[in-house]
Amino acid sequence: MSDASSSVNDAILQVEHLSMKFGGLVAIGDLSFQARRGEITALIGPNGAGKTTVFNCITGFYKPSEGMITLSRRDGSSFLLERLPNHEIPARAKVARTFQNIRLFSGMTLLENLLVAQHNKLMKASGYTVLGLFGYSGYRTASAESIDLARHWLEKADLVDRADDPAGDLPYGAQRRLEIARAMCTGPELLCLDEPAAGLNPKESMALNALLMDIKDNTGTSILLIEHDMAVVMQISDHVVVLEYGRKISDGSPHAVRTDPRVIAAYLGVEDEDVETVLTEVGDEDVIEQLDTGPDSAHGPDSSSSYFAGPVTDTVGHTEGERVTVSKGASKAGQVDARSGAAARPASPAEAKPTEKPSAEKSSAAKPKTPGDSNRGGGNE
Amino acid sequence: MAVTASPERDIVATPMQRATREALYAGAIALGLFVLFIGLKTNQNISNELILEQRWGLLAIVVVLTMAGRFLYVAYGQPFLANQKIADVATGLLPESVATRFFRLPYFLAAIVTVAVLVFLAGPLDGLLGPGLAGYARFLRALAIIYALASVLFYFRTFIHAHFSALGITALALYPVIVVLVLALYGGSVAAGFQGSLKWVDNFGIQILIYVMLAWGLNIVVGLAGLLDLGYVAFYAVGAYAYALLGTHYGLSFWILLPAAGAMAAFWGVLLGFPVLRLRGDYLAIVTLAFGEIIRLVLINWREVTNGSAGISGIPKVTFFGLISFNVSDPNYIAKVFDIATSSAYYKIFLYYLILGLCLLTAFVTIRLRRMPVGRAWEALREDEIACRSLGINTTTTKLTAFATGAMFGGFAGSFFAARQGFVSPESFIFLESAIILAIVVLGGMGSLVGIAVAAMVMIGGTEVLRELDFLKQVFGPDFTPELYRMLLFGMAMVIVMLWKPRGFVGSREPTAFLKESRAVSGAFTKEGHG
Ligand SMILES: Nc1ncnc2c1ncn2[C@@H]1O[C@H](COP(=O)(O)OP(=O)(O)OP(=O)(O)O)[C@@H](O)[C@H]1O
Ligand SMILES: [Mg+2]
Repeated sequence: MSDASSSVNDAILQVEHLSMKFGGLVAIGDLSFQARRGEITALIGPNGAGKTTVFNCITGFYKPSEGMITLSRRDGSSFLLERLPNHEIPARAKVARTFQNIRLFSGMTLLENLLVAQHNKLMKASGYTVLGLFGYSGYRTASAESIDLARHWLEKADLVDRADDPAGDLPYGAQRRLEIARAMCTGPELLCLDEPAAGLNPKESMALNALLMDIKDNTGTSILLIEHDMAVVMQISDHVVVLEYGRKISDGSPHAVRTDPRVIAAYLGVEDEDVETVLTEVGDEDVIEQLDTGPDSAHGPDSSSSYFAGPVTDTVGHTEGERVTVSKGASKAGQVDARSGAAARPASPAEAKPTEKPSAEKSSAAKPKTPGDSNRGGGNE
Repeated sequence: MAVTASPERDIVATPMQRATREALYAGAIALGLFVLFIGLKTNQNISNELILEQRWGLLAIVVVLTMAGRFLYVAYGQPFLANQKIADVATGLLPESVATRFFRLPYFLAAIVTVAVLVFLAGPLDGLLGPGLAGYARFLRALAIIYALASVLFYFRTFIHAHFSALGITALALYPVIVVLVLALYGGSVAAGFQGSLKWVDNFGIQILIYVMLAWGLNIVVGLAGLLDLGYVAFYAVGAYAYALLGTHYGLSFWILLPAAGAMAAFWGVLLGFPVLRLRGDYLAIVTLAFGEIIRLVLINWREVTNGSAGISGIPKVTFFGLISFNVSDPNYIAKVFDIATSSAYYKIFLYYLILGLCLLTAFVTIRLRRMPVGRAWEALREDEIACRSLGINTTTTKLTAFATGAMFGGFAGSFFAARQGFVSPESFIFLESAIILAIVVLGGMGSLVGIAVAAMVMIGGTEVLRELDFLKQVFGPDFTPELYRMLLFGMAMVIVMLWKPRGFVGSREPTAFLKESRAVSGAFTKEGHG
């Protein structure tokens, strides 16, 4: 993988061969992708695809079974995130995150939430509490500054009027914005957002987009975004990575990903009518035919469905020629592959993609899912 | 048919009918509950045989009282409470609250007169009424005093509410002075005033303040950081034994040993913390409980050092920074320095102010820490540990500091306890003490200093008051000792308070910083933590 290391310079986050297993369940299988500095990278995929698990590996809540996650900071230092203790990832590697099910300090006010986020800075300023206890002036200025920073982010999130209310009292959309503001108060270089638009109405969703664009443009913070709302993804992201059953099935610009039949089959597989309209637009007969023959009801949007889905290895652990989907319809993308494989086209995804991709992304696009990689993944399992 | 008939019957049932029915149910339940508890009693007779004593009369009284209580509550209490919530049609006002009806000026004056009469005619009345009735007279006097005081408090309630902390501290600071003055007036001499103040200053004042301090210390661990610690008394014990051992062996002064004992307890807090803090919730509670027991068993069994269950006695008294001593034999004994009559009350009053100072120190540090990053991190930890870690907070060290700080105050309180008693033994550090301290924190409202102080006063003061209720002997016979019902009343009070205020006396929390105005956060939003 010598060509991968050459593109490290502008990559803030580099995920290589990441695998995460929960007992027998492979939540992520040999995933590699990179997020570039100053960009919004979206991580999408159907429910249970393993997106949140990727986040948990990046932010140290899970220790990956295999793989390497490299974060390069602006000052040139780089960190292997899978080796850092949980709390040092935000503190030293400057990665902040939000949670899919909002985790605010609901009994504390909005302002306090944002002050807690500046804990490490304030701890230092207060001489690890000792100096601060005796009213050391340096701590007082630091604490005033931290309040200013909190006010700044409250204004950005349009929450400054409610600064002294408990966080638990906020409406849902405002809680999402507050969680982002709180993450930003840690001064991150990479901000990981887990479904920030979930449960927002269109107006709130617009406001969220504006906030994210503002963060990207004015702070230089790179954003890694999990999102189901395609409007948000297509509108603001620079780069999209698509997961299905823990494997990357597509990687590229929003446009390229949108027209990738594997993505359409996998990601929109549930809503049949929609898919067909999209597919007709794209004009992929293979896929239309595939979907017509049997959309399976066993794999609904429920994330728990993946527990009962057939073994993921069955769909990926073989080279393209003999790829078989053992459990019928476990992977929509796999079905597409199988179909196109049958049509005598050696359709490895890595080879299929670059035609649809801007040339600049060749290095990242060429990397995943070469036959060699697949074989090695299969060998490990 | 039968199915349709029953709802109709419910609708037409008057409060009286309902009350009768519920009283019968309550009676049945009470009978079932108490038939073995109260109806039968086993006793040993002279030849050491077990005999069964039957107390059906007492059982009947208890059951009838339960039924009467339930009847009155359903028939009159519930409709009355419901009416309290209905506004008058003509005026649009809610009916007068129970409190304003209860506290009226005429009643207040009547109470004052009663007190005056009973106090000034105490001597002649006692002779007139005989010992039995005199007890009731004293009880009546106590009730009248309590009523008069409560009326005053009620009248100034808004003012008191607004300045609660300042008033509370002033009252506590003046308490011994007032006690001595009142008793001196009552007894007719200053010496009598000091002598009589012993009980009030020591049993009430110091005892309550020790628990206030312990509860405030535990509040840091349980109330702020949300770590359920059932072995807090271990740190109290470490502090007490540190003072006792170092004081008796090396003769070091209290003022050196106080910080030493605090540091020792904090050290043990950290030592316990390391293995334990990866546990959460119930597991943490169980391990801390075990730690408390281990410390106690070590104190009992390590005889060479701790003198086992016999304890350590002859612990030196505290001096006023070496300038004034409270040992009668010393040349700088307080009575000699100021040329006043010898009395043991001076030491108690000194100790009272000492523990008051320690309490205020605890409160000051707690308030200060809450506004510092570490204090905010404690509360954030209670609210959501995972979010804390996602913000770069080292949860292990944060928990350890909470444990150590709480333990340190426990150690301070322990060394004070040893100095006050002059004697320590493992018996003072049983699990029940941990449970009482935790109960005070929970009753007061986790995290609230004022609430916890009030809870300590009610719980510890209340149980001390039971010792004063001698007149009950007249009602229940000379064998009756109200102190024995301490724990029963303690438990009942807890159940009642928790039903009435599930979040404790003060359920809300004060924010530690604000942009425009500081508004208390309702208890509905705060979490208790998961360990
Ligand atoms: N701690 C865990 N233990 C066992 N299985 C887990 C654990 N965390 C996640 N999983 C499983 O891993 C798979 C991926 O879950 P994950 O939460 O990452 O999906 P997701 O892509 O975030 O889905 P959603 O869109 O619903 O949020 C699921 O099958 C899930 O059940
Ligand atoms: Mg998820």
